[in-house]
Amino acid sequence: MSYLLKPLRWCCVVFFMIFVSGCATVAPDASSDPRDPFEGYNRTMYSFNQVLDKGLIRPVATVYADYMPNFIQKAIGNFFSNIGDIWTAANNLLQGKPRESASDLARVLLNTTFGIAGLIDVGSHMGLDKHDEDFGQTLAVWGVKSGPYVVLPIFGSSTLRDSIAKPVDLNADPVGYIDSVRARNTAIGARLIDGRAALLPTTRMIDSAALDPYLFVRDAYLQRRASRIRDGAPDPDSKD
Amino acid sequence: MKISRQIFAGLIAPFLFAVGLAQAAPEAPDTLIKRVSQEVLDLAKTDKKIQAGDQQRIMEVVQEKIIPYVDFQRMTALAAGRFWRDASPQQQTALIREFRLLLIYTYSGAISQVRNEKLEFRPMRGDPADEEVEVRSMVSQSRGEPIQLNYRLEKTPSGWKIYDVNILGAWLVETYKGSFSTEINKGGIDGLVKTLAERNKRLAAQSPKSDKS
Repeated sequence: MSYLLKPLRWCCVVFFMIFVSGCATVAPDASSDPRDPFEGYNRTMYSFNQVLDKGLIRPVATVYADYMPNFIQKAIGNFFSNIGDIWTAANNLLQGKPRESASDLARVLLNTTFGIAGLIDVGSHMGLDKHDEDFGQTLAVWGVKSGPYVVLPIFGSSTLRDSIAKPVDLNADPVGYIDSVRARNTAIGARLIDGRAALLPTTRMIDSAALDPYLFVRDAYLQRRASRIRDGAPDPDSKD
Repeated sequence: MKISRQIFAGLIAPFLFAVGLAQAAPEAPDTLIKRVSQEVLDLAKTDKKIQAGDQQRIMEVVQEKIIPYVDFQRMTALAAGRFWRDASPQQQTALIREFRLLLIYTYSGAISQVRNEKLEFRPMRGDPADEEVEVRSMVSQSRGEPIQLNYRLEKTPSGWKIYDVNILGAWLVETYKGSFSTEINKGGIDGLVKTLAERNKRLAAQSPKSDKS
């Protein structure tokens, strides 16, 4: 069983505690969004995540982004991206997209061999675009509705369906099967910091452009999530 | 025979030319976006002041190259949603002004971050007779996945104008709607204008080169 699933029990406990306390502090206003019935809890969890981010993750990621040589940052990013492509391939297959799935597997093959264990993204240079799929998107394609907006501890923005799908994603994550505690934690840490560093320009933009960061992140996330499920195709329901 | 044809052509041609100019078709939306984007991108990569984060210079470029092609009125009206009709003309003007400033600051921040991004355009779909179109592009950067960047344009008497922008799947107008309606519910349109104005003051005072978060 994946080591990543073990802390899940504690995450559920924290989640539940904050949920209950958050429900008691629902902001009383006329403009509640039907997509976000748990807004009280979500705002609390968002604030919790922000504290963690500003206090710990963001400073480390900033140092990483500023001082780690660019080519190393790129290599680390590529390494984890390559590992992720295997699960993406599986999900593409489950979604009935065998061509994309084959392309993803070809990427993994090329990048692992010619790309030296994934450090270089040879696949993209050869025209094999990177796809981005997870089990939540697979469920969406199968017809499962997203459900309300939910903010998860540490993972951040999600929806009810995607939160339930998350353990499946975690179970499929190869990093969770590394036996050595130290190696595993290093891998998790490196991936987290690299991922966070890649998002620094985005969060800076949110800080300056957003009136209410919680709302901004929520609304942008929900749109983006829907777009990813459609694989970037224009929204058939959008009206202007 | 040849000479008279030449004279004929010499008389008619300028006339046709003038008529042609008067009825010159407005620049097609995708051509417009391609041209403007490429100009801004090239400038951002070569202009030393922009690379250094000179806020003044970036704002100049934005004012000159981008603003003329954006319909802020429509953008603001869409973001304000159902509250727009209840706003007085002064409130509307004030809101447009502050929202426009906020977007300029935000866009300027993004421009100063440009290093060696490349633009790729998708073929435009839709009827040539459409009054509203979507232009789709991808920005490929040195790290990370390519960023989806789409524009919604409308045909106006003075050419095509942008009224919405989509980054990574999220439309700007849609993303601001929630915040706008929350602020308006709290303090009316005036409250929203005040919040935006305060934010703009803070952004103006910020050091231009803010690479550290």
